[in-house]
Amino acid sequence: MTFLHHDVPLAWYLLLSAALFSLGVIGFLVKRNLITVFLSIELMLNAVNLSFVAFAYQWHQVRGQIFVFFVMMVAAAEAAVGLAIIIAIFRVRSTLAVDRIDLMKL
Amino acid sequence: MNESLHLWLIPLLPFAGFLLNGILGSRMPRRLVTAVGVLLPLASFALVLNAFALTSITAAKSCPSCGPVSAVLLPDVEALAHPWLDLGTLRVDFSFVLDQLSLVMLLVVTGVGFVIHVYSVGYMKGDPGYARYFSFLNLFLFFMTVLVLAGNILLMFVGWEGVGLASYLLIGFWFQKPSAAEAGKKAFIVNRIGDLGFLIGIFLLLGAFGTLSFFPMRVSLAMSPASHGGMLTVICLCLLIGATGKSAQLPLYIWLPDAMEGPTPVSALIHAATMVTAGVYMIARTHFLFDRSDFALATVAIVGAATAIFAATIGLVQNDIKRVLAYSTISQLGYMFLACGVAAYSAAIFHLVTHAFFKALLFLAAGSVIHALGGEQDLRKMGGLRTKLPVTFWTMTVGVLAIAGIFPFAGFFSKDAILCAAFLQGAGGKSLWFVGLVTALLTALYMFRLWYLAFLGEPRTPDAHPHESPLSMRAPLVILALLSICGGWIGIQRFSAYLGPATAANRAMPTATGQLELMLSVAAVCVALLGWLIADWFYRRQPNRPAKLAAALPAGYKLLANKYYVDEIYGAIIVKPLLVTSQYILGWVVDTGILGGIAWLLAGIASLTGMILQRWQSGNLRSYAAWLAAGAAAVLLFLLVPWAQVWPASFDFLWKVVRH
Amino acid sequence: MHLILFFLFAGLCLAGAINLLLQSHPINSALSLIVVMTSLAVLYLLLGAEFLAIAQIIVYAGAVMVLFTFVVMLLNAGREERTLGSRAAARIGFPAVAALLAVLATIILRAHGLSAAHLGVGLTDAPDSSNLVVLSQVLFHELLLPFEVTSVLILIAILGAVALARRDDPERTVEK
Repeated sequence: MTFLHHDVPLAWYLLLSAALFSLGVIGFLVKRNLITVFLSIELMLNAVNLSFVAFAYQWHQVRGQIFVFFVMMVAAAEAAVGLAIIIAIFRVRSTLAVDRIDLMKL
Repeated sequence: MNESLHLWLIPLLPFAGFLLNGILGSRMPRRLVTAVGVLLPLASFALVLNAFALTSITAAKSCPSCGPVSAVLLPDVEALAHPWLDLGTLRVDFSFVLDQLSLVMLLVVTGVGFVIHVYSVGYMKGDPGYARYFSFLNLFLFFMTVLVLAGNILLMFVGWEGVGLASYLLIGFWFQKPSAAEAGKKAFIVNRIGDLGFLIGIFLLLGAFGTLSFFPMRVSLAMSPASHGGMLTVICLCLLIGATGKSAQLPLYIWLPDAMEGPTPVSALIHAATMVTAGVYMIARTHFLFDRSDFALATVAIVGAATAIFAATIGLVQNDIKRVLAYSTISQLGYMFLACGVAAYSAAIFHLVTHAFFKALLFLAAGSVIHALGGEQDLRKMGGLRTKLPVTFWTMTVGVLAIAGIFPFAGFFSKDAILCAAFLQGAGGKSLWFVGLVTALLTALYMFRLWYLAFLGEPRTPDAHPHESPLSMRAPLVILALLSICGGWIGIQRFSAYLGPATAANRAMPTATGQLELMLSVAAVCVALLGWLIADWFYRRQPNRPAKLAAALPAGYKLLANKYYVDEIYGAIIVKPLLVTSQYILGWVVDTGILGGIAWLLAGIASLTGMILQRWQSGNLRSYAAWLAAGAAAVLLFLLVPWAQVWPASFDFLWKVVRH
Repeated sequence: MHLILFFLFAGLCLAGAINLLLQSHPINSALSLIVVMTSLAVLYLLLGAEFLAIAQIIVYAGAVMVLFTFVVMLLNAGREERTLGSRAAARIGFPAVAALLAVLATIILRAHGLSAAHLGVGLTDAPDSSNLVVLSQVLFHELLLPFEVTSVLILIAILGAVALARRDDPERTVEK
């Protein structure tokens, strides 16, 4: 189906994307639960996806959308493996608090 | 390249002996070591004789109508095809030169060397370092022949340094004795000081002539007759410094008396006959430089004369038989330098040859005495050996007569030639002649003193049982004695005629009338006999006299007995400050303080940085994430902000803030 | 019309994201994220990416977030505790993020060509091709290799996840 013009400036989509990304970073830094940190990472990825799609629309390129497609795939794979790691850590340390998982310090 | 001369083998055969005895010697039987150590120098000597024969026959057959001769013309220059150094403008070859001068020198070095090798077989028998001794002795022979045969001054310097090394090894042969090790070090270090002068001389020569080979230098100098003095004087003085180091002249003679710590055959070969004469040889080799500088020649002569009389006075009161002979060597070397200084190079070489004969003889005979007395070297404990060691006695007597310069022994002819040449050189020459004459008196005096104390009178240690030396030691004594008797009979005229092409001075040489010569000879012999008489009176007729004289002049005696305190003076002025500087200033301040401090500082900085940075690695995921975010933000800031516009804008802003 | 839709669902996104931060139990955060994702799907529709919108719902909200929820429930993770932790995160992180956001915003608003009120026309002018057709044409012709590699990647991820999360079963050790 064809598409209609609409009058939302591209800048607003990008601002939304930036805001979502910043919220994701803050969540990554502030939250103390490992799973919530992971969720923040997913949020960041989504924000970037939005950016790509917006630009794809702006510049008539379908490759932007293809890139988003690949990002989704990789994010899915990453989520699977990451959660498997979290399960493994939980088995050993019995805690999901980020500050308690510090075996890698010098 | 002249194949029949085999010049290359002359040094290489002893070198092979050095390698064989050095590497395998400890595993070979004594006889094999002896065979290698003695026969290889003999082969070298045979080659030199062969060369001498081939080149002398030429002189007899130099007629145009004769057929082709197989003999060789002198000078013969041979070089390896491949150069040693090929650096742009400088080209140095491994080249050997055989001319009359090097031939005479080689005859002495290999001939007397071979004889002393034979002597060593008997002297060093039973010594645990037998093989090592012969390998070092052969090494010395190798380097000495390289020095003599060298066709350029750089190769000569190689031989120069090499004989210094061999000397160090042999002086400190019995290295377990601390005094021997010290003496070896002293010899090498003092030599090195002289070598610095030599090196500077080489550099200046290169700068002045662009080549280091003797014959091209000589030719180049001959083609520029206007060059006198100036740079040539500086070069000659630098070379002279090197010669004083090697030939033990003032002020660098101090190593030679201490070098007597080595075995006696070593003292005979190296420190009497051959190595110490290298300085004289070098000056004769480069005489074309000295001839053009009056100042340098005068310096050489004064150094020689002063050393001669200085050493003779010290030799008068020494009690160690080898020390007396050491100072005698220094004194006789002074004569040779004096001869060079009056441009009588042939006379210097003549005295070099005769001196090699009788000084080696004297040392070997002294060695025989020491060997007979089981190691005793103090003259005050000897005596009455005339009947016990007849061969030693009679050969030593020949040597003493020769060195005293009594007709018709060898020393007379050569010493006379030197004194005559000195006398003819004007007013300065006459004063040099006088100094030489007084030295001749002193020479006769201390040599006969030695003779009386060692051989005549009653034995002062009655419980010693001296026995005559074995044949291997006696035979060389006899050979050298015969040479000391007839060695001078060739006469200075024929000798300098033979050496002419090599050593004739490029200046006008005054000649003497027959009458003047006769008078000077008579004066010399009288002076020698006077010395004998004085010695006879002091040491045979009135043996208490010397002690009473010493008691009467205690200060003078002490001054002489302590060698004018020269070693002590050097120690205080040169050695001590160097030691203090290196130990305290360089050792503590620079090494420990500054360098160590820098190292400590660097380590401290590294460690401190590590301690600070360690806090970053807390293992805390969130702080890592925070720093990540900060880093990313910084990078983005850096990339995206148009700094070129921001900086000036911010300055304006700040400026406005400050102004109000 | 699009403006209204945009404001509505953008607001929903932001609300969901802020809620993700404010909740203390991870399950609540996960559910907020689902809200964000669905809103984003609508925004994709607004931007003409139909396929991606559906993929977002199916893959992201439907599979990934469900996985998250499963894990939360499996591990029985409770509310966040107050731990000591590092203050550095808050002290450094907040200013950094603020700086980041400020820079991005400035650039976005200042750059030319971005704040045009009118965006370009749709991705294609051809009347009977759709977004899906265009996308699949590019994906399966030029970018076939990356596509296949991605499937290998997912295979590896499956293997990795299984290997990492497997419980070491004592009955499975070989006894000999």
